[in-house]
Amino acid sequence: MIDWKKYLIVFFITLGLFLTALYLSNYFGNKKIDQLKAIQDKISIDILSSETQFSLLSELSCKNVSDTILSSELYDLGGKLEWGQKNLGITEEVSYLRKYYSLLQIKDYLLMKKISARCGVKSAFILYFYTTAENCSECEKESLVLTALRDKYPELRVYSFDYSTDLSAVKAMLHIYKIKDTALPALIIDDDLLTGFYSVEELETRIQESFKLQEKESKN
Amino acid sequence: MFSISNIIFYILVFLSVYIQVFFLVTFLENRKNIIIRKNKIKLLQYPAVTIIVPCFNEEKTVYKTVSSLLELNYPKDKVKILLIDDGSTDSTWNIISKFTTFPNIKVFKKENGGKHTALNLGLANTETDFVGCLDADSLVDKESLIRIISYFEKDPNTMAVVPSIIVHQPKTIIQKAQAFEHFMTVFMRKIHSFLGAVSVLPGPFSIYKKKVFDDLGLYRQAYNVEDTEMAYRMQKNHYKIDDCHDAYVYTNMPGTIPKLYKQRLRWIYGVINNIIDYRGVLFNKKYGNFSILVVPAALIFMFSSIFMFSKEIYYLIHFLFLKILNFQAVGFHVFSQTHNFDSFFIPTQVSLFIIIFIYSVVILLSTLGRKIVEDKWVLSFDVVYFLIIFSVVGPFWLLKAIYNTLLRKVPVWR
Repeated sequence: MIDWKKYLIVFFITLGLFLTALYLSNYFGNKKIDQLKAIQDKISIDILSSETQFSLLSELSCKNVSDTILSSELYDLGGKLEWGQKNLGITEEVSYLRKYYSLLQIKDYLLMKKISARCGVKSAFILYFYTTAENCSECEKESLVLTALRDKYPELRVYSFDYSTDLSAVKAMLHIYKIKDTALPALIIDDDLLTGFYSVEELETRIQESFKLQEKESKN
Repeated sequence: MFSISNIIFYILVFLSVYIQVFFLVTFLENRKNIIIRKNKIKLLQYPAVTIIVPCFNEEKTVYKTVSSLLELNYPKDKVKILLIDDGSTDSTWNIISKFTTFPNIKVFKKENGGKHTALNLGLANTETDFVGCLDADSLVDKESLIRIISYFEKDPNTMAVVPSIIVHQPKTIIQKAQAFEHFMTVFMRKIHSFLGAVSVLPGPFSIYKKKVFDDLGLYRQAYNVEDTEMAYRMQKNHYKIDDCHDAYVYTNMPGTIPKLYKQRLRWIYGVINNIIDYRGVLFNKKYGNFSILVVPAALIFMFSSIFMFSKEIYYLIHFLFLKILNFQAVGFHVFSQTHNFDSFFIPTQVSLFIIIFIYSVVILLSTLGRKIVEDKWVLSFDVVYFLIIFSVVGPFWLLKAIYNTLLRKVPVWR
């Protein structure tokens, strides 16, 4: 009375549909990874090129150099990587890309610091350490604060690092600034370590101080 | 990635897709058997049929209901109509009394006792071999009865035949959503009939052989869904139920959310409790596809709705939590960086593709149902209303029905 063969055939059709969905998901996921890689390569070349240009032409070329750093692209990439980590199944690939991204951030930071010091470009830097390994609502709040600040001060550069990034360069920074995982979120502004949550207002004063400090330095 | 919630999600999604594929395969196997008879048909014999019309406060619709019965394309002397006033408190009795002038109409008045008691009074007064009921808020198409009877003529084993029920002149968004749903049901019931697993004999114009009641007994209260219980009882006793897709019956459906909520609460509560009463039938291969596929499908559907709903609630709470966090952190800061459209952020998870498939099938089923009714391909935007109303309000009547089942509270009729 019951057509078991049909039940079995339908099972295989359903399985086929799932495998197709899996294939499509992987296919588009890989496309996204490729897209991320392409962006990173571009940023990497840009940074390398700026560095080279900077060393080649020294102080004469301040004008040209400051325009070539594309921090907004770096932020954009950061956003995409974060999204990718949450939404793409291929975590290994994404975490590799994130390491690479951390490295690019450090390079951008070092280069920009040099440029701003030598050319007197108005800028402030914040190194931001957070964690995704555990539920850190303070970190989420701090990220929002930093986004808002970046929005308000285009000259502000925020570099964010996941505490658990398995990369020697990031570990070196953690070591230099003596950042512990029990005190996250942590911020570094002008070599000062701030731990815990800081509001927009609190950070704003720090940023403005940083701008003033810079002005003084450039006058001297 | 592989949390318990995810595993449950994928199991439910797999089962849902399995059921959909099963129905589609059944459709493809039988598609040549779905013929719509446009011309008038003739029968070898025209057996007498009794139609019972139970009425409880139906003053607005009963006149039209009875008129539609009088216009049936069937020998007039072979259609006996029993109008039963189940203790109405409005002018229903005055209206139906006027029909006593017709030789084939009898009217009865009794104290209110529920629909099943009215139907049973009708059955007690039935002398014909065929009997059916018609809810007093529905209208029959002229050709419906003759087409239904042709199914009994074609297969003497057929014990009951169900028509296609269509929403009568849908006006409000709520009714349009139900119109979409009813087209889907038209198609699904046809598929169920191919599988020998029709699970409900709806109040509007299901026709039985009188023998069914002689053998299996009268209507029961059955948590106010006597039509579902009767189908379960017949399936349990291997009585064949067929579906006459080109017999059209138009029914009035609730036009507001509260009315719809009440109706569905009664239906779902009834279905849940009848499944509990007939649990012995579940997964028993003796009862065929009815027990292996159709009833479990109803359970899977209920479970999935609740699961998806709780998932949505979870996301909503999470979203609100983030908004609060956002407010705590930066106040009402409007971020100047507008998120330009970037194809990168289009989600590409496995579940997304599967859910697109599931919804496409839902639209396909309704469109096929409409094709059966109107014999043309219409892609209706009512699907939007359907999805919004049934996915947002639906879980509430489902949860309430489960709550009532646990507390043994029988919902009121209206």
